[in-house]
Amino acid sequence: MTIAYYPGCALHGSSNDYEQSVRACLKVLGVELKELDDWICCGATAAHSINAKLAIALPARNLAIAERSGSQELLAPCPMCSMELMKAAQQIRSDDRLQAEISSIVELEVTGSTRILNLIQVFERLDLKPSKPLSGIIAACYYGCLLTRPAEIVRFDDPEAPMSMETILGRLGVKTVDWNYRTECCGGGKTMCDEETVLELSHKILSNARAHGANCLVVACPMCHVNLDMKQGAVNHRFQVRHDMPVYYLSDLIGLALGLTPQELGIDRHFVVRPEHG
Amino acid sequence: MARIGVFVCWCGENIARTVDVAQVAEAAASLPGVRCSVHYKYMCSDPGQAMVREKIEQERLTGVVVASCSPHMHLKTFRRAAASAGLNPFLVEMANIREHCSWVHHDRESATRKAIDIVRMAVAKVRHHHALEPIRVPVTRRALVIGGGVAGIQAALDIADAGYEVVLVEKEPSIGGKMAGLSETFPTLDCSQCILTPRMVEVGQHPRIKLYTFSEVENVDGYVGNFRVAIRKKARYVDIEKCTGCGECWNVCPWKKIPSEFDYGMGFRRAIYIPFPQAVPARPVIDKENCVKLLKGGCGLCAKKCPRGAINFEDADQIVEESVGAIVVATGYSLYQIGQDQPDPRLRGYGEYGYGKYRDVIDGLQFERLISASGPTGGELKRPSDGKTPRVVVFISCVGSRDNAKGLSYCSKICCMYVAKHTMLYRHKVHDGEAHVFYMDIRAGGKSYDEFVRRAIEQDGAQYHRGRVSKITQEDGKLIVRGADTLTGAPVTIQADLVVLATAIRPAPGVEALAQKLNIGYDEHGFLLESHPKLRPVETNTAGVFICGAAHGPKDIPESVAQASAAASKVAVLFANQELTRDPEIARIHEATCAACFTCYRACPYHAIEKVQLKHKWTARVNPGLCMGCGTCVAVCPSKSADIEGFTEQQIYSMVEALA
Repeated sequence: MTIAYYPGCALHGSSNDYEQSVRACLKVLGVELKELDDWICCGATAAHSINAKLAIALPARNLAIAERSGSQELLAPCPMCSMELMKAAQQIRSDDRLQAEISSIVELEVTGSTRILNLIQVFERLDLKPSKPLSGIIAACYYGCLLTRPAEIVRFDDPEAPMSMETILGRLGVKTVDWNYRTECCGGGKTMCDEETVLELSHKILSNARAHGANCLVVACPMCHVNLDMKQGAVNHRFQVRHDMPVYYLSDLIGLALGLTPQELGIDRHFVVRPEHG
Repeated sequence: MARIGVFVCWCGENIARTVDVAQVAEAAASLPGVRCSVHYKYMCSDPGQAMVREKIEQERLTGVVVASCSPHMHLKTFRRAAASAGLNPFLVEMANIREHCSWVHHDRESATRKAIDIVRMAVAKVRHHHALEPIRVPVTRRALVIGGGVAGIQAALDIADAGYEVVLVEKEPSIGGKMAGLSETFPTLDCSQCILTPRMVEVGQHPRIKLYTFSEVENVDGYVGNFRVAIRKKARYVDIEKCTGCGECWNVCPWKKIPSEFDYGMGFRRAIYIPFPQAVPARPVIDKENCVKLLKGGCGLCAKKCPRGAINFEDADQIVEESVGAIVVATGYSLYQIGQDQPDPRLRGYGEYGYGKYRDVIDGLQFERLISASGPTGGELKRPSDGKTPRVVVFISCVGSRDNAKGLSYCSKICCMYVAKHTMLYRHKVHDGEAHVFYMDIRAGGKSYDEFVRRAIEQDGAQYHRGRVSKITQEDGKLIVRGADTLTGAPVTIQADLVVLATAIRPAPGVEALAQKLNIGYDEHGFLLESHPKLRPVETNTAGVFICGAAHGPKDIPESVAQASAAASKVAVLFANQELTRDPEIARIHEATCAACFTCYRACPYHAIEKVQLKHKWTARVNPGLCMGCGTCVAVCPSKSADIEGFTEQQIYSMVEALA
């Protein structure tokens, strides 16, 4: 199976460990990722804060490229990217005038017909057979804000009480815990301008996961990973604690269960690493 | 030869200001078939009507055209006038030169020309009128009431007390409905059961009420005055004639841990049970899903213990037929269920409140059972998880109601009041407890209602926070309720022991299927539709079927009772006559040309068309009791065999020709 793939800036930059993990894991499962030719930024938070039309045009150009290549479906492993792509596709689909206008702006015909998938949705349809039981892992699945929200745009799982990651990990025999911060905010991009807020939020998330018996977190978002993994040292310093809580991408745990090594998945490049994964 | 009189009205200034009425009358006089044409300042006044009567008699008129206002306004008036002068009232036609002409135009000359055209069309139509007689149908003076909650009980008792027989059908094992499970009622805090159970007993003992409990309406045939209703009596496995309700059976039943429907899962019942001690009839029923004898054989302890031999494991559903002349639908409501699988994806909201996940997050009806003296805890408030008395209780209003994104667009109307009541009842039982309410705004319109809410806040110390709750989580046995108080602009976090959700009111399950059987309308939420929101609030669009109570929309007890009495009085009005008179302007099939394709049979929204076998062929025929004269059959008939009396195709064509 081949799926069109939109990495977005994070997976080619600060979170290239995520891309390594996704690619390695899906390869084992027989999924080939076909990266969009000449893709551009999705606009993220910046575009829609400045200009509504720009916020549609940027993702629309990527949608147009996907349509041109004949792809019906497009995987965007970053939830910010997938949400922006979905939002643009929906608006273009439902408004003929907008569709014509955006097509002329991006200089490509765009209809918004491409179905955008997040990483969880791809795993949901694959046959996952663990080759190696993941003993000793008790995971707290962390969805953050954008995987399930805004609900009317992403239409994926219950926005306030999602269960899709737990379901997938359950199929692989991974233990998960019920905890309270699964859909709380990690601070997102505030990490650049208001680190104090991010540290406080990340501290709450890490503490609650620990309090409910988890020994690691599982995420499907590069931004969440930055705030919980890279910033964990700063959290420890700020709150005088030692969380020592590895944060895995969903594809990391699936890859490990499928027999991949931590090095193949890029787990050794995380900031908080279990000694056996180093 | 037609002898038609044309009567042009000035309507004071209303018509005469814009239309030259004298010119209209003059033009009408020369139309074919017109015998006389006059104009007058107020045709509907006594002298005006006298003029109509006089001309009918003097000129021996065979048709009348009144050129004045809308037929909705005065057609009946002029039909009565014509009838009193000996002319068949269905030979009177209105030419609407007010709403359709003078009121909507300015230019006098062209408005006058248009008025003449309208009169010309009416005259052409009247020439093809023929005398019609009102349709008379016999009335079975016996009513069916569907639903035995407080609305159904009130309707049944009112109709029965007026002297007519009533068949009351209730799907649960006992009548009483939701009200029987409530603790106390707002705004007086009188005990719900104390005021309802005597009425239930009255129903059970009333000589003119035939009660079918644990039964449902299977099918409805017929029309106003003459309905045939098939009722499914579900297998009860207990002969309610032999049974005395002594209780030997349920006391020995070994299956004790079945969640009680009457207690909304807050308490338990046996496999053979009566829903509550004051049930009417006070006769048990066996739950076939949980009875070991019925599932696998064995056990049978209840049958061994029963001194009257009333238990019958061979019992099966029975269908009984009843004939009635009117139907009252009082099927009530259910609560929006959250956190459970629902066919409607819109209603899967509020995962953040953890209903179904945290045992101490409950809904309003469950709370009623927990504080009711007849409830599973005997009226002592104990929370479901560990039986401890909650010290801090949070009540959340508008869960589902008024929430387009996650729930339903409408206001459930009673929640503001019962939440205030809950805080009071709680504080009366737990004096040092804290009662917090999160609300959007307080809707307490009603006699003594706002005073009641103020009392909850000012005397009983309920703490009201205007804002929504964003999340409920659980930590160390406490429910952490996080919300906002938008009046202070501050986030609020409360560590609660119990959370009560005021979930939205929805129609009872299955009401849409019932509405289809009865051929009555319902809105997008499934609430039954009244015929007119102001002037026909308990009638439906199907003659002889009436609605009341929360099946029509969220309602409190006083309103449900008032509406039930209104529906009962409508039934009594219907039954005041031996036969019904119906408007004869209904469809008619020309049987000679009917090709028996039965397109009309399928298209008729009132199921008023019957298939009839004649000597040599089949034909469609209109049931005059059911036809509402909508004309759908006329539109679909390929052989032009269907017509509406008083609006025949010939009449319509001649009107068009008159204009051409």
